[in-house]
Amino acid sequence: MSELGGAFAAAFQLIATADADLMEIVGLSLRVSLVALVLASALALPLGAWLGIARFRGRRAVVVLLNALMGLPPVVVGLVVYLVLSRSGPLGTLGLLFTPTAMIIAQTLLILPIVAALSRQVMEDLWSEYEDELRALGASRLRSVPTLLFEGRFSLATAILAGFGRAIAEVGAVLIVGGNIAHVTRVMTTAIALETSRGELHLALGLGILLVALAVAVNATAQLVQNAAERAGA
Amino acid sequence: MPERGGLPIRLEGVRVERGRRTLVHDLTLRLEAGPLSVLLGPNGAGKSVLLRLLAGLLQPSAGTLEPARRPGEGSAIVLQRPVLLRRSVLANVEYALRLRGIDGPERDQRVRRVLEATGLLGFEQRPARRLSVGEQQRLAIARAWALEPDLVLLDEPAAPLDPPSTRALEEAVRRLHEEGRKVVLATHDLGQARRLADEILFIHEGRVLEQAGSGEFFEGPKSAEARAFLAGQLPE
Repeated sequence: MSELGGAFAAAFQLIATADADLMEIVGLSLRVSLVALVLASALALPLGAWLGIARFRGRRAVVVLLNALMGLPPVVVGLVVYLVLSRSGPLGTLGLLFTPTAMIIAQTLLILPIVAALSRQVMEDLWSEYEDELRALGASRLRSVPTLLFEGRFSLATAILAGFGRAIAEVGAVLIVGGNIAHVTRVMTTAIALETSRGELHLALGLGILLVALAVAVNATAQLVQNAAERAGA
Repeated sequence: MPERGGLPIRLEGVRVERGRRTLVHDLTLRLEAGPLSVLLGPNGAGKSVLLRLLAGLLQPSAGTLEPARRPGEGSAIVLQRPVLLRRSVLANVEYALRLRGIDGPERDQRVRRVLEATGLLGFEQRPARRLSVGEQQRLAIARAWALEPDLVLLDEPAAPLDPPSTRALEEAVRRLHEEGRKVVLATHDLGQARRLADEILFIHEGRVLEQAGSGEFFEGPKSAEARAFLAGQLPE
Protein backbone atom coordinates (compact mmCIF):
# COMPACT_ATOMS: atom_id res chain seq x y z
CA MET A 1 0.00 0.00 0.00
CA SER A 2 2.84 2.38 0.92
CA GLU A 3 4.57 1.51 -2.35
CA LEU A 4 1.42 2.47 -4.21
CA GLY A 5 1.20 5.69 -2.21
CA GLY A 6 4.80 6.48 -3.03
CA ALA A 7 4.14 5.83 -6.70
CA PHE A 8 1.19 8.22 -6.65
CA ALA A 9 3.28 10.89 -4.91
CA ALA A 10 6.05 10.49 -7.47
CA ALA A 11 3.51 10.57 -10.28
CA PHE A 12 2.00 13.85 -9.07
CA GLN A 13 5.50 15.27 -8.69
CA LEU A 14 6.22 14.43 -12.34
CA ILE A 15 3.01 16.12 -13.42
CA ALA A 16 3.48 19.14 -11.16
CA THR A 17 7.03 19.75 -12.38
CA ALA A 18 5.99 19.12 -16.01
CA ASP A 19 8.69 16.47 -16.38
CA ALA A 20 10.27 16.75 -19.83
CA ASP A 21 9.98 13.05 -20.70
CA LEU A 22 6.40 12.98 -19.53
CA MET A 23 5.47 16.06 -21.55
CA GLU A 24 7.19 14.73 -24.65
CA ILE A 25 5.19 11.51 -24.45
CA VAL A 26 1.93 13.36 -23.83
CA GLY A 27 2.67 15.76 -26.68
CA LEU A 28 3.33 12.95 -29.15
CA SER A 29 0.20 11.10 -28.04
CA LEU A 30 -1.93 14.16 -28.62
CA ARG A 31 -0.29 14.93 -31.97
CA VAL A 32 -0.75 11.40 -33.30
CA SER A 33 -4.34 10.99 -32.07
CA LEU A 34 -5.50 14.46 -33.11
CA VAL A 35 -4.04 14.19 -36.61
CA ALA A 36 -5.60 10.73 -36.95
CA LEU A 37 -8.88 12.15 -35.71
CA VAL A 38 -8.86 14.98 -38.25
CA LEU A 39 -8.01 12.61 -41.10
CA ALA A 40 -10.55 10.00 -40.02
CA SER A 41 -13.28 12.61 -39.54
CA ALA A 42 -12.59 14.18 -42.93
CA LEU A 43 -13.27 10.80 -44.51
CA ALA A 44 -15.82 9.39 -42.08
CA LEU A 45 -18.27 12.31 -41.89
CA PRO A 46 -18.99 12.45 -45.64
CA LEU A 47 -19.08 8.64 -45.73
CA GLY A 48 -21.50 8.53 -42.79
CA ALA A 49 -23.60 11.29 -44.33
CA TRP A 50 -23.77 9.50 -47.66
CA LEU A 51 -24.72 6.21 -46.05
CA GLY A 52 -27.33 7.95 -43.91
CA ILE A 53 -29.02 9.63 -46.85
CA ALA A 54 -28.35 7.52 -49.95
CA ARG A 55 -30.53 4.56 -50.85
CA PHE A 56 -28.93 1.85 -52.96
CA ARG A 57 -28.92 -1.92 -53.27
CA GLY A 58 -26.68 -3.49 -50.66
CA ARG A 59 -26.78 -0.47 -48.37
CA ARG A 60 -27.90 -2.54 -45.39
CA ALA A 61 -24.96 -4.89 -45.85
CA VAL A 62 -22.55 -1.95 -45.96
CA VAL A 63 -24.08 -0.57 -42.75
CA VAL A 64 -23.75 -3.94 -41.00
CA LEU A 65 -20.13 -4.21 -42.12
CA LEU A 66 -19.36 -0.69 -40.96
CA ASN A 67 -20.95 -1.33 -37.58
CA ALA A 68 -18.95 -4.53 -37.24
CA LEU A 69 -15.74 -2.65 -38.04
CA MET A 70 -16.32 -0.45 -34.99
CA GLY A 71 -15.07 -3.38 -32.95
CA LEU A 72 -11.95 -3.82 -35.05
CA PRO A 73 -9.16 -5.14 -32.76
CA PRO A 74 -6.31 -2.60 -32.68
CA VAL A 75 -3.68 -5.33 -32.92
CA VAL A 76 -5.23 -6.54 -36.17
CA VAL A 77 -5.16 -3.01 -37.59
CA GLY A 78 -1.57 -2.70 -36.38
CA LEU A 79 -0.64 -5.98 -38.00
CA VAL A 80 -2.20 -5.03 -41.36
CA VAL A 81 -0.54 -1.62 -41.39
CA TYR A 82 2.74 -3.27 -40.34
CA LEU A 83 2.54 -5.70 -43.28
CA VAL A 84 1.75 -2.90 -45.71
CA LEU A 85 4.54 -0.62 -44.44
CA SER A 86 7.20 -3.25 -43.73
CA ARG A 87 10.19 -3.41 -46.05
CA SER A 88 8.70 -6.23 -48.10
CA GLY A 89 5.20 -4.69 -48.10
CA PRO A 90 3.59 -2.69 -50.92
CA LEU A 91 4.47 0.66 -49.28
CA GLY A 92 7.73 -0.48 -47.72
CA THR A 93 9.80 1.87 -49.85
CA LEU A 94 8.26 4.86 -48.09
CA GLY A 95 10.15 3.94 -44.92
CA LEU A 96 7.24 4.86 -42.67
CA LEU A 97 7.36 1.90 -40.30
CA PHE A 98 8.26 2.84 -36.71
CA THR A 99 7.47 6.51 -37.30
CA PRO A 100 4.65 8.67 -35.93
CA THR A 101 3.21 8.71 -39.46
CA ALA A 102 2.69 4.95 -39.32
CA MET A 103 0.96 5.38 -35.98
CA ILE A 104 -1.30 8.06 -37.45
CA ILE A 105 -2.22 5.76 -40.34
CA ALA A 106 -3.06 2.92 -37.97
CA GLN A 107 -5.16 5.10 -35.69
CA THR A 108 -6.94 6.68 -38.65
CA LEU A 109 -7.96 3.23 -39.88
CA LEU A 110 -9.00 2.25 -36.40
CA ILE A 111 -11.29 5.19 -35.69
CA LEU A 112 -12.64 5.81 -39.19
CA PRO A 113 -15.34 3.11 -38.86
CA ILE A 114 -16.34 4.40 -35.43
CA VAL A 115 -16.87 7.98 -36.58
CA ALA A 116 -18.48 6.84 -39.85
CA ALA A 117 -20.89 4.39 -38.23
CA LEU A 118 -21.99 6.79 -35.49
CA SER A 119 -22.37 9.70 -37.89
CA ARG A 120 -24.32 7.44 -40.28
CA GLN A 121 -26.83 6.83 -37.53
CA VAL A 122 -27.05 10.54 -36.68
CA MET A 123 -27.54 11.49 -40.33
CA GLU A 124 -30.12 8.78 -40.96
CA ASP A 125 -32.19 9.98 -38.00
CA LEU A 126 -31.91 13.58 -39.15
CA TRP A 127 -32.80 12.69 -42.72
CA SER A 128 -35.99 10.97 -41.64
CA GLU A 129 -36.92 14.15 -39.76
CA TYR A 130 -35.84 16.71 -42.37
CA GLU A 131 -36.32 14.96 -45.71
CA ASP A 132 -39.76 16.27 -46.65
CA GLU A 133 -39.03 19.79 -45.44
CA LEU A 134 -35.73 20.06 -47.29
CA ARG A 135 -37.18 18.56 -50.47
CA ALA A 136 -40.12 20.96 -50.25
CA LEU A 137 -37.71 23.87 -49.97
CA GLY A 138 -36.02 22.61 -53.11
CA ALA A 139 -32.83 21.16 -51.61
CA SER A 140 -31.29 18.20 -53.43
CA ARG A 141 -29.89 15.26 -51.47
CA LEU A 142 -26.38 16.53 -52.11
CA ARG A 143 -27.28 20.04 -50.96
CA SER A 144 -28.94 18.55 -47.88
CA VAL A 145 -25.70 16.96 -46.68
CA PRO A 146 -23.98 20.13 -45.37
CA THR A 147 -27.29 21.27 -43.89
CA LEU A 148 -27.73 18.04 -41.97
CA LEU A 149 -24.08 18.01 -40.88
CA PHE A 150 -24.64 21.44 -39.40
CA GLU A 151 -27.97 20.51 -37.83
CA GLY A 152 -26.44 17.44 -36.25
CA ARG A 153 -23.22 19.14 -35.22
CA PHE A 154 -23.51 18.34 -31.52
CA SER A 155 -24.37 14.68 -32.01
CA LEU A 156 -21.60 14.44 -34.57
CA ALA A 157 -19.19 16.01 -32.10
CA THR A 158 -20.00 13.12 -29.77
CA ALA A 159 -19.20 10.67 -32.58
CA ILE A 160 -15.89 12.42 -33.16
CA LEU A 161 -15.13 12.35 -29.43
CA ALA A 162 -15.79 8.63 -29.36
CA GLY A 163 -13.19 8.31 -32.09
CA PHE A 164 -10.72 10.42 -30.13
CA GLY A 165 -11.29 8.33 -27.02
CA ARG A 166 -10.56 5.18 -28.97
CA ALA A 167 -7.41 6.66 -30.55
CA ILE A 168 -5.82 8.13 -27.44
CA ALA A 169 -6.48 5.01 -25.35
CA GLU A 170 -5.45 2.24 -27.73
CA VAL A 171 -2.12 0.52 -27.37
CA GLY A 172 -1.96 -2.48 -29.70
CA ALA A 173 -1.81 -0.76 -33.09
CA VAL A 174 0.66 1.98 -32.15
CA LEU A 175 2.90 -0.54 -30.40
CA ILE A 176 3.14 -2.73 -33.50
CA VAL A 177 3.65 0.00 -36.10
CA GLY A 178 5.45 2.50 -33.87
CA GLY A 179 7.70 0.14 -31.96
CA ASN A 180 7.58 2.21 -28.75
CA ILE A 181 10.92 3.88 -29.51
CA ALA A 182 11.95 6.39 -26.82
CA HIS A 183 11.76 10.01 -28.01
CA VAL A 184 10.45 8.88 -31.42
CA THR A 185 7.27 6.82 -31.20
CA ARG A 186 6.63 6.40 -27.49
CA VAL A 187 3.13 7.49 -26.58
CA MET A 188 1.22 7.41 -23.32
CA THR A 189 -0.31 3.94 -23.66
CA THR A 190 2.84 2.20 -24.88
CA ALA A 191 4.88 3.99 -22.22
CA ILE A 192 2.46 2.89 -19.50
CA ALA A 193 2.77 -0.73 -20.67
CA LEU A 194 6.57 -0.52 -20.78
CA GLU A 195 7.07 1.30 -17.49
CA THR A 196 4.68 -1.05 -15.71
CA SER A 197 6.57 -4.09 -17.00
CA ARG A 198 9.80 -2.46 -15.81
CA GLY A 199 8.35 -1.75 -12.39
CA GLU A 200 8.61 2.03 -12.90
CA LEU A 201 5.16 2.60 -11.50
CA HIS A 202 5.46 6.34 -10.85
CA LEU A 203 5.89 7.25 -14.53
CA ALA A 204 3.22 4.73 -15.56
CA LEU A 205 0.85 6.16 -12.95
CA GLY A 206 1.60 9.74 -13.91
CA LEU A 207 0.82 8.95 -17.53
CA GLY A 208 -2.27 7.03 -16.49
CA ILE A 209 -3.56 9.96 -14.46
CA LEU A 210 -2.93 12.33 -17.36
CA LEU A 211 -4.63 9.97 -19.80
CA VAL A 212 -7.75 9.77 -17.67
CA ALA A 213 -7.68 13.53 -17.00
CA LEU A 214 -7.39 14.18 -20.72
CA ALA A 215 -10.37 11.97 -21.51
CA VAL A 216 -12.43 13.66 -18.80
CA ALA A 217 -11.38 17.15 -19.94
CA VAL A 218 -12.25 16.51 -23.58
CA ASN A 219 -15.64 15.07 -22.73
CA ALA A 220 -16.40 17.76 -20.17
CA THR A 221 -15.59 20.45 -22.73
CA ALA A 222 -17.87 18.81 -25.27
CA GLN A 223 -20.63 18.58 -22.71
CA LEU A 224 -20.23 22.24 -21.78
CA VAL A 225 -20.40 23.28 -25.41
CA GLN A 226 -23.50 21.17 -25.95
CA ASN A 227 -25.18 22.54 -22.83
CA ALA A 228 -24.43 26.10 -23.88
CA ALA A 229 -25.81 25.41 -27.33
CA GLU A 230 -28.97 23.85 -25.91
CA ARG A 231 -29.45 26.85 -23.62
CA ALA A 232 -29.14 29.09 -26.66
CA GLY A 233 -31.68 26.89 -28.48
CA ALA A 234 -29.31 25.95 -31.28
CA MET B 1 -52.56 25.42 -71.16
CA PRO B 2 -51.54 26.05 -67.56
CA GLU B 3 -51.41 29.67 -66.51
CA ARG B 4 -48.99 31.36 -64.13
CA GLY B 5 -47.49 29.02 -61.51
CA GLY B 6 -48.80 25.90 -63.18
CA LEU B 7 -52.44 26.73 -62.47
CA PRO B 8 -55.02 25.41 -62.95
CA ILE B 9 -54.08 21.99 -61.64
CA ARG B 10 -55.94 18.94 -62.84
CA LEU B 11 -56.05 15.55 -61.18
CA GLU B 12 -57.84 12.69 -62.81
CA GLY B 13 -58.20 9.24 -61.29
CA VAL B 14 -55.10 9.72 -59.16
CA ARG B 15 -54.18 6.84 -56.91
CA VAL B 16 -51.28 6.82 -54.48
CA GLU B 17 -49.89 3.63 -53.01
CA ARG B 18 -47.24 3.25 -50.38
CA GLY B 19 -46.10 -0.35 -50.24
CA ARG B 20 -49.28 -2.40 -50.11
CA ARG B 21 -51.37 0.46 -48.73
CA THR B 22 -53.51 2.65 -50.92
CA LEU B 23 -53.40 6.17 -49.49
CA VAL B 24 -55.86 7.74 -51.93
CA HIS B 25 -58.03 5.82 -54.37
CA ASP B 26 -59.43 7.97 -57.10
CA LEU B 27 -58.77 11.69 -56.81
CA THR B 28 -60.37 13.76 -59.51
CA LEU B 29 -60.50 17.54 -59.20
CA ARG B 30 -59.48 20.82 -60.74
CA LEU B 31 -57.95 23.73 -58.84
CA GLU B 32 -58.30 27.17 -60.39
CA ALA B 33 -55.96 30.07 -59.71
CA GLY B 34 -58.39 32.32 -57.87
CA PRO B 35 -60.21 31.00 -54.82
CA LEU B 36 -58.77 30.13 -51.45
CA SER B 37 -59.40 26.40 -51.43
CA VAL B 38 -59.93 24.46 -48.25
CA LEU B 39 -59.55 20.70 -48.16
CA LEU B 40 -62.02 19.61 -45.55
CA GLY B 41 -62.41 16.18 -44.11
CA PRO B 42 -61.71 13.98 -41.13
CA ASN B 43 -58.24 12.84 -40.15
CA GLY B 44 -56.96 10.15 -42.47
CA ALA B 45 -59.21 11.24 -45.34
CA GLY B 46 -56.24 11.92 -47.63
CA LYS B 47 -55.85 15.70 -47.26
CA SER B 48 -52.14 15.56 -46.50
CA VAL B 49 -51.55 13.11 -49.33
CA LEU B 50 -53.29 15.46 -51.76
CA LEU B 51 -51.19 18.41 -50.56
CA ARG B 52 -48.01 16.37 -50.96
CA LEU B 53 -49.06 15.43 -54.45
CA LEU B 54 -49.64 19.08 -55.28
CA ALA B 55 -46.23 19.97 -53.79
CA GLY B 56 -44.48 17.30 -55.86
CA LEU B 57 -43.37 15.42 -52.75
CA LEU B 58 -45.41 12.40 -53.84
CA GLN B 59 -45.96 11.04 -57.31
CA PRO B 60 -49.19 9.34 -58.40
CA SER B 61 -49.06 5.56 -58.67
CA ALA B 62 -51.79 5.83 -61.29
CA GLY B 63 -53.87 8.54 -62.94
CA THR B 64 -52.97 11.99 -64.22
CA LEU B 65 -51.67 15.08 -62.41
CA GLU B 66 -51.14 18.10 -64.60
CA PRO B 67 -48.92 19.96 -64.71
CA ALA B 68 -46.33 17.60 -63.24
CA ARG B 69 -44.46 19.35 -60.50
CA ARG B 70 -41.11 19.01 -58.81
CA PRO B 71 -40.78 19.98 -55.13
CA GLY B 72 -40.29 23.69 -54.69
CA GLU B 73 -41.12 24.49 -58.31
CA GLY B 74 -43.46 27.46 -58.03
CA SER B 75 -44.99 26.03 -54.89
CA ALA B 76 -44.29 25.98 -51.19
CA ILE B 77 -45.77 23.70 -48.57
CA VAL B 78 -46.07 24.17 -44.83
CA LEU B 79 -46.15 20.69 -43.39
CA GLN B 80 -48.40 19.68 -40.53
CA ARG B 81 -45.35 19.47 -38.28
CA PRO B 82 -42.94 21.88 -39.91
CA VAL B 83 -39.29 21.17 -39.29
CA LEU B 84 -37.42 24.32 -38.41
CA LEU B 85 -33.66 24.40 -38.58
CA ARG B 86 -31.76 24.62 -35.29
CA ARG B 87 -30.88 28.21 -36.08
CA SER B 88 -32.33 31.65 -35.56
CA VAL B 89 -35.61 32.85 -37.05
CA LEU B 90 -33.65 34.99 -39.50
CA ALA B 91 -31.37 32.11 -40.52
CA ASN B 92 -34.36 29.86 -41.20
CA VAL B 93 -35.85 32.27 -43.71
CA GLU B 94 -32.48 33.13 -45.21
CA TYR B 95 -31.68 29.44 -45.68
CA ALA B 96 -34.76 28.91 -47.84
CA LEU B 97 -33.88 31.94 -49.94
CA ARG B 98 -30.25 30.92 -50.31
CA LEU B 99 -31.39 27.56 -51.69
CA ARG B 100 -33.05 29.49 -54.50
CA GLY B 101 -29.99 31.62 -55.08
CA ILE B 102 -31.60 34.76 -53.66
CA ASP B 103 -29.05 36.88 -51.86
CA GLY B 104 -28.08 40.45 -51.02
CA PRO B 105 -30.58 43.31 -50.68
CA GLU B 106 -33.33 41.30 -52.38
CA ARG B 107 -33.01 38.63 -49.68
CA ASP B 108 -33.01 41.18 -46.85
CA GLN B 109 -36.06 42.88 -48.30
CA ARG B 110 -38.01 39.63 -48.59
CA VAL B 111 -37.04 38.52 -45.08
CA ARG B 112 -38.21 41.79 -43.57
CA ARG B 113 -41.46 41.75 -45.51
CA VAL B 114 -42.49 38.21 -44.55
CA LEU B 115 -41.46 38.57 -40.92
CA GLU B 116 -43.52 41.73 -40.72
CA ALA B 117 -46.48 40.04 -42.43
CA THR B 118 -46.38 37.11 -40.01
CA GLY B 119 -45.86 39.25 -36.92
CA LEU B 120 -42.35 37.99 -36.31
CA LEU B 121 -40.46 41.23 -36.79
CA GLY B 122 -38.23 41.68 -33.75
CA PHE B 123 -37.82 37.90 -33.38
CA GLU B 124 -34.99 37.66 -35.91
CA GLN B 125 -32.28 36.49 -33.54
CA ARG B 126 -34.44 34.13 -31.48
CA PRO B 127 -33.68 30.44 -31.84
CA ALA B 128 -36.45 29.05 -34.04
CA ARG B 129 -37.01 26.01 -31.89
CA ARG B 130 -37.51 28.12 -28.80
CA LEU B 131 -40.53 29.91 -30.26
CA SER B 132 -44.04 29.04 -29.15
CA VAL B 133 -45.94 26.57 -31.32
CA GLY B 134 -47.95 29.38 -32.88
CA GLU B 135 -44.82 31.41 -33.64
CA GLN B 136 -43.17 28.35 -35.14
CA GLN B 137 -46.14 27.83 -37.45
CA ARG B 138 -45.99 31.46 -38.51
CA LEU B 139 -42.26 31.14 -39.11
CA ALA B 140 -42.90 28.11 -41.32
CA ILE B 141 -45.39 30.22 -43.27
CA ALA B 142 -42.91 33.10 -43.44
CA ARG B 143 -40.26 30.77 -44.81
CA ALA B 144 -42.64 29.50 -47.48
CA TRP B 145 -43.87 33.03 -48.23
CA ALA B 146 -40.37 34.38 -48.71
CA LEU B 147 -40.00 32.12 -51.73
CA GLU B 148 -42.90 34.03 -53.33
CA PRO B 149 -44.60 30.90 -54.65
CA ASP B 150 -47.66 31.03 -56.83
CA LEU B 151 -49.11 28.03 -55.00
CA VAL B 152 -49.06 27.84 -51.18
CA LEU B 153 -50.06 24.59 -49.53
CA LEU B 154 -50.87 24.57 -45.83
CA ASP B 155 -51.39 21.31 -43.97
CA GLU B 156 -53.51 21.86 -40.86
CA PRO B 157 -51.41 24.84 -39.83
CA ALA B 158 -53.62 25.77 -36.89
CA ALA B 159 -54.19 22.28 -35.49
CA PRO B 160 -52.04 22.73 -32.36
CA LEU B 161 -52.85 26.41 -31.77
CA ASP B 162 -54.90 28.33 -29.21
CA PRO B 163 -57.46 30.92 -30.43
CA PRO B 164 -55.17 34.01 -30.38
CA SER B 165 -52.45 32.14 -32.28
CA THR B 166 -55.03 30.79 -34.71
CA ARG B 167 -56.27 34.33 -35.35
CA ALA B 168 -52.74 35.56 -36.07
CA LEU B 169 -52.10 32.64 -38.36
CA GLU B 170 -55.34 33.06 -40.28
CA GLU B 171 -54.55 36.73 -40.74
CA ALA B 172 -51.24 35.74 -42.33
CA VAL B 173 -53.03 33.22 -44.58
CA ARG B 174 -55.47 35.90 -45.73
CA ARG B 175 -52.63 38.26 -46.56
CA LEU B 176 -50.90 35.55 -48.54
CA HIS B 177 -54.04 35.02 -50.57
CA GLU B 178 -54.68 38.73 -51.02
CA GLU B 179 -51.30 39.01 -52.70
CA GLY B 180 -52.74 36.90 -55.50
CA ARG B 181 -51.26 33.56 -54.52
CA LYS B 182 -53.23 30.37 -54.77
CA VAL B 183 -53.71 29.02 -51.26
CA VAL B 184 -54.81 25.45 -50.57
CA LEU B 185 -55.33 24.75 -46.89
CA ALA B 186 -56.16 21.42 -45.31
CA THR B 187 -58.17 21.35 -42.12
CA HIS B 188 -60.73 19.33 -40.22
CA ASP B 189 -61.79 22.46 -38.32
CA LEU B 190 -65.20 23.55 -39.56
CA GLY B 191 -64.89 27.01 -38.03
CA GLN B 192 -61.63 27.65 -39.79
CA ALA B 193 -63.03 26.38 -43.07
CA ARG B 194 -65.99 28.77 -42.74
CA ARG B 195 -63.71 31.70 -41.91
CA LEU B 196 -61.18 31.19 -44.68
CA ALA B 197 -62.62 29.22 -47.57
CA ASP B 198 -63.78 30.54 -50.90
CA GLU B 199 -64.29 26.98 -52.01
CA ILE B 200 -64.44 23.66 -50.20
CA LEU B 201 -63.16 20.32 -51.37
CA PHE B 202 -64.67 17.71 -49.10
CA ILE B 203 -62.47 14.63 -48.92
CA HIS B 204 -63.55 11.32 -47.51
CA GLU B 205 -61.61 8.06 -47.56
CA GLY B 206 -59.24 9.19 -50.27
CA ARG B 207 -61.86 10.63 -52.61
CA VAL B 208 -63.07 14.17 -53.27
CA LEU B 209 -66.80 13.81 -52.72
CA GLU B 210 -67.68 17.48 -53.20
CA GLN B 211 -66.10 20.62 -54.61
CA ALA B 212 -68.27 23.69 -54.18
CA GLY B 213 -68.29 27.33 -53.13
CA SER B 214 -68.03 27.73 -49.39
CA GLY B 215 -71.56 29.10 -48.94
CA GLU B 216 -73.06 26.48 -51.18
CA PHE B 217 -71.28 23.66 -49.36
CA PHE B 218 -72.18 24.74 -45.85
CA GLU B 219 -75.79 25.48 -46.77
CA GLY B 220 -76.48 22.28 -48.64
CA PRO B 221 -73.85 19.56 -48.68
CA LYS B 222 -74.79 16.96 -51.26
CA SER B 223 -73.14 13.83 -49.95
CA ALA B 224 -74.31 11.91 -46.90
CA GLU B 225 -70.68 11.85 -45.66
CA ALA B 226 -70.40 15.63 -45.79
CA ARG B 227 -73.73 16.07 -44.05
CA ALA B 228 -72.64 13.70 -41.31
CA PHE B 229 -69.32 15.54 -40.98
CA LEU B 230 -71.03 18.92 -40.73
CA ALA B 231 -73.45 17.51 -38.18
CA GLY B 232 -70.50 16.50 -36.07
CA GLN B 233 -71.25 12.81 -36.25
CA LEU B 234 -68.36 10.58 -35.36
CA PRO B 235 -67.36 8.13 -38.10
CA GLU B 236 -67.95 4.41 -37.51
